[in-house]
Amino acid sequence: MIGFALAPTASWYLVLSAVLFGIGTFGVLIRRNPLVMFMCIELMLNAVNLSFVTLARQLNDINGQTIVFFVMVVAAAEVVVGLGIIVAIMRNRSSVTADDLAELKG
Amino acid sequence: MNDQISEFAGPTIDWFSVSPLLVLLFGALLLLLVGSLTPQWRRGWYGLVSAVTASAAIVLSIFLWRDISSSGPKLLVGGALALDHFAVLASIAICAAVLLVSLVTSDYLAGEKSDMPEIYALYLTAAIGGVVMVAANDLIVLFLGLETLSLSLYLLAASNRKRAESQEAGLKYFILGGFASAFFLYGVALTYGATGTTRLVDINLALNSYITVPRNDTLLLVGVGLMLVGFGFKVSLVPFQAWTPDVYQGSPTPVTAFMASAGKVAALVALVRVFVTAFPSRADDWGPAIFVLSALTLIVGSVVAVVQTDVKRMLAYSSISHAGFILVGLEASSHRSSPDVGDGLTAIAVYVVLYAALVVGTFSVVTVVAQSSTDGATSLDAFKGIGKSNPVLALALTVLLLAQAGVPLTSGFVAKFGVVQAAVSVGSYKLAVVAMICAVIAAFVYLRIMVSMWLNDATNPVSVKVPLFSTIAIAIAVSVTLVIGVLPSLLLDLTSNLTQLASK
Repeated sequence: MIGFALAPTASWYLVLSAVLFGIGTFGVLIRRNPLVMFMCIELMLNAVNLSFVTLARQLNDINGQTIVFFVMVVAAAEVVVGLGIIVAIMRNRSSVTADDLAELKG
Repeated sequence: MNDQISEFAGPTIDWFSVSPLLVLLFGALLLLLVGSLTPQWRRGWYGLVSAVTASAAIVLSIFLWRDISSSGPKLLVGGALALDHFAVLASIAICAAVLLVSLVTSDYLAGEKSDMPEIYALYLTAAIGGVVMVAANDLIVLFLGLETLSLSLYLLAASNRKRAESQEAGLKYFILGGFASAFFLYGVALTYGATGTTRLVDINLALNSYITVPRNDTLLLVGVGLMLVGFGFKVSLVPFQAWTPDVYQGSPTPVTAFMASAGKVAALVALVRVFVTAFPSRADDWGPAIFVLSALTLIVGSVVAVVQTDVKRMLAYSSISHAGFILVGLEASSHRSSPDVGDGLTAIAVYVVLYAALVVGTFSVVTVVAQSSTDGATSLDAFKGIGKSNPVLALALTVLLLAQAGVPLTSGFVAKFGVVQAAVSVGSYKLAVVAMICAVIAAFVYLRIMVSMWLNDATNPVSVKVPLFSTIAIAIAVSVTLVIGVLPSLLLDLTSNLTQLASK
């Protein structure tokens, strides 16, 4: 039915991961809610994971796929630490945006 | 299927070579486990356990140093870690920072009436991350060390739950640190794509061979650039330094001492190792980038420090300019070809060790002074009149600040002379001149603190009490500063064959 075949190649995934990484970066820079900024960082890490898997596939090398598990563990540890800090701040204030956190400046 | 699994063979591990890591891990687990199961220990014991652990790691590192001197550098755990003089010296600097900072923290937390084991356990886990980073021969191992160090530091920055500034510092550090880690990791992914490996030594081999890997230069250069951005955030190079003053000011002062010493040493040494070991063949590409970053970091660090009114912020900017000096050494290494990395590496190793001792000493004095002032503030006013009320403490801080400024007969001079000499010996005159001018500008900052101490009178004089452990820590830092300043050969002789990095 379709006249031409659109078989996804490795570079499609690399481009997708670059786009996801860019969305994450953009989000950290423009969003003001620490939770959303934090989710954007997670998006960046997962974009990198996609790159690793794609490149591992391209290079026919298992190491790149193993690395993803390490990155996932690190991301999970980051969630624990980050949410801990955010909760500690929320306890002292009713709401948090990055603009409220402006006591330190010189 | 089962056959395949049973064929898995792990790498052989030389347990003695990783013993400093194991000792630090044991200390951290001991503090957390026993500390949480037993009632509050007597005053100072948590800090002592941490200090003893760090000392044990230092002693083991000295044994490793002697092993390397006799049998040469080597790679450990299947090539994941490098065991060479460069790594061991940096590990000793990190463990020494833990030792001194634990002593100061013990007094600080006793003063705040909240002595808890977690802080020390976090120092030790951060040190594990740091020691892994300085020895990492694999970009992923480096990333894991970086995260172990960083996650501990985020928590340490936010550890004072009574102060809003501490939590603000923790959150800012966390968001920007996580952001930087993601950049670093993306750089690792692209480098992996271009070279097919994450081992530093193998990356160098792959880049030098035209047969094995189809090389993709764009991918590689973007990857190296992203890694440099990630490192730039971690070691606060200009233009990635925005978080540093806020986080240094907001964190509890002993934690600031730890961040500025151990945290920075680990990230700088890892940065240097990555570029010198993995990418010497591309020095023409990263050399100019390091040149620009170094010059910007030196200039902004020194100039902006002058207009600060808070001592912790001043010292934050001064630590930024110190990072610039270390990059001068790296830039010098970029002019050398692969096996001979030259004086730059030795100069960097000497610089980080001396810098760690200096910065811990300085922030220790700031901790003591701030705790005696009424509201714990670290403005320049808090330092007025200390010269009269507590001349010995003022003298100690003067020595440390003179050393930071690089005055002869102090360790700071030895450190700065080393990097500038390395730059001059490879003909990098422009950067050497920038470095020397910035050293003069930065000296003005340290003079401002000294003038405040000795010449100004306090508005409401308070006598500064210096607790015992802090006295010991400050005394150690000052003696290192003076002894190495007067007899630099003690350290320079040790580092004479440091440029042999592990490669197999």
